[in-house]
Amino acid sequence: MTVLEADRLSADSNRRRDPISSRGAARADTVLAVEGLTVGTGRADLVIDVSLDVRAGETLCLVGESGCGKSLTCLAAMGLTSEPLIRKSGRISFLGQDLSLLRENQLAEIRGRDMAMIFQDATAALNPVRRVGMQIAEVLVVHRGLTWSQAMKQAVELLASVGIPDPAGRANAYPHQLSGGMNQRVMIAMALACRPKLLIADEATTALDVTTQVQILKLMKELQAETGAAMIFVTHDLGVVAEIADRVAVMYSGRVVETATVDDLFERPLHPYTRGLMACRLHATTTSHGRIAAIEGTVPSPSKRPEGCSFRPRCPYASDECMALPALRPIAGIYGADQHRAACHFAEDFARAGS
Amino acid sequence: MRLQFILVKLVRGLLTMLLAVTFVFVVLRLSGDPVTMMLPDDTPAAVIAEYRAMWGLDRSLPEQYVRYILSAAQGDLGYSFRDDRPALAVVLERVPMTLLLGLSGFAITVVIGLFAGIAAALKRGTGIDHAAMAFSIFGHSMPNFFLAILMILLFSMTLRVLPSSGGSTWWHLILPAVTLGIINAGTVARFTRSSMLEVLHQPYMRTARAKGLKLTRRVTSHAIPNAAIPVVTILGLRLGALIAGAIVIESVFAWPGIGLMLVNAVGQRDLPVVQTIVLLVALTMVVTNFIVDIAYGWLDPRIETREAKES
Repeated sequence: MTVLEADRLSADSNRRRDPISSRGAARADTVLAVEGLTVGTGRADLVIDVSLDVRAGETLCLVGESGCGKSLTCLAAMGLTSEPLIRKSGRISFLGQDLSLLRENQLAEIRGRDMAMIFQDATAALNPVRRVGMQIAEVLVVHRGLTWSQAMKQAVELLASVGIPDPAGRANAYPHQLSGGMNQRVMIAMALACRPKLLIADEATTALDVTTQVQILKLMKELQAETGAAMIFVTHDLGVVAEIADRVAVMYSGRVVETATVDDLFERPLHPYTRGLMACRLHATTTSHGRIAAIEGTVPSPSKRPEGCSFRPRCPYASDECMALPALRPIAGIYGADQHRAACHFAEDFARAGS
Repeated sequence: MRLQFILVKLVRGLLTMLLAVTFVFVVLRLSGDPVTMMLPDDTPAAVIAEYRAMWGLDRSLPEQYVRYILSAAQGDLGYSFRDDRPALAVVLERVPMTLLLGLSGFAITVVIGLFAGIAAALKRGTGIDHAAMAFSIFGHSMPNFFLAILMILLFSMTLRVLPSSGGSTWWHLILPAVTLGIINAGTVARFTRSSMLEVLHQPYMRTARAKGLKLTRRVTSHAIPNAAIPVVTILGLRLGALIAGAIVIESVFAWPGIGLMLVNAVGQRDLPVVQTIVLLVALTMVVTNFIVDIAYGWLDPRIETREAKES
């Protein structure tokens, strides 16, 4: 992690560290605000009462195990959920505009222009029978009304800006002719083509090898600093979180269980699940005595969530109180209380013990 | 690499044609003597022998076969027994009519099949989907001659709007072409639908939506180019089947193409004409398959690289 941490320090100048105002109060630079979002099928809810907001220039990381509803939250924010998944309740406002009031064609105008998404497996997310340059140019043709030749020229510039060597040649390549890392750069170029106000990266670096991952993260940060976009970054890798996040929302079994600034979260995790995730990280410096820490058990299936706190069956601190669902609330006793919220009955105890 | 690919295809194609011709050659000669069938019953034996010698039927079967293949390789397909003209010339006269019918039917197949298949996939589970699939099963399970007869009953006998037989005007083309088109469109529609459904669930279709592309563009620019790859195969196979199907359709509608000619020639034991037609049909199949192979590489850029990597 040393490379990542060094990188992070060097990028700190780009960050905002001012205290975050109370939730719900619309700030002028709030790009995306999700309130009480619930998404699910007829049988089960996969995302429950999720509230998030992200401001211009800020990076929010969504963290959690697979199946916690991180990706689905992002898809719902883009209005990309499709049958059988439906948005059951909640409000998504983007630049102050309620997305649920828009028709599909109006949403299409926003997508790709003002909000863009980068998917996990770039090679699968690109059309296999279209040249990558054309796939990038298409965004410009559709949203900016450029001609194909203008758009292709700009696509080549975009490919150069994401660090692809021989961009003019690569623009004529098909996705299968490029490596996974190259394709991810293509995806990024495509997402940034119209300089969106919001960039959602869904496990954008997970499928890549570590060195490529570092390059891509660095690239995304640079481009974000340049465009001032808000970014939501989904990952289950805490190393990536430390590298890129301003704020973090930890999700478990469809709910947000803890939100905090990145420093606060790493210093003082207040939810047992977050603490478990932290303990699972492998440290080169600490001796592990040959054992790797793990959270026992698995994420419950959305149709069979336990009563009360969903983490209860796996939680070392669980008690009778946990049969009641803990609310996500500001935890008193630490600085900037409102920035740090957790959904655990014992969060205050952890806060006191930690400080 | 490229040259080797073409050579292999060429050899395979020639083998296919040789097999077809050989089969027909043997079966025709085992199924009765053309001379006795063509000449009146009271023809003197000497005349019969003369005819047999003229057409080379007095030689042994292997000898006839070798002579036929050798001259066919030089482009000489023999003389029509009935017409006394080169069989190839006799057949080629009728080829334009079959091409006209076959290609019209094919165009109808493509338009209806693709349209129904794409609409069914996009409106999955709705009335449009059910209607398209019901139509598909109808086309698939309906014997072509039976549909042909139904068409004649409805449009020629009852409504009296279209002619039922012959090929003298454009009006005559409508019924056989539509019959041929509908029969094949069912299969194409079904194939297109399943191919589209698979493509619509691919991650790149979600990307297309995330890029803010509207439905029309997502379908035309992203879904169809991918879905077309398997559909082209079935269309290629159908083009071959269409020529075969045209034989039946032509006889029902008395359309003056090579299909009708083939049926008549078999009845009359005009062996060179039958063999020539079979050879042409086999050639069509081979050429169509070759075109499909070429179209593959053009539609799916991944294929060429895969071949390049293998060799």
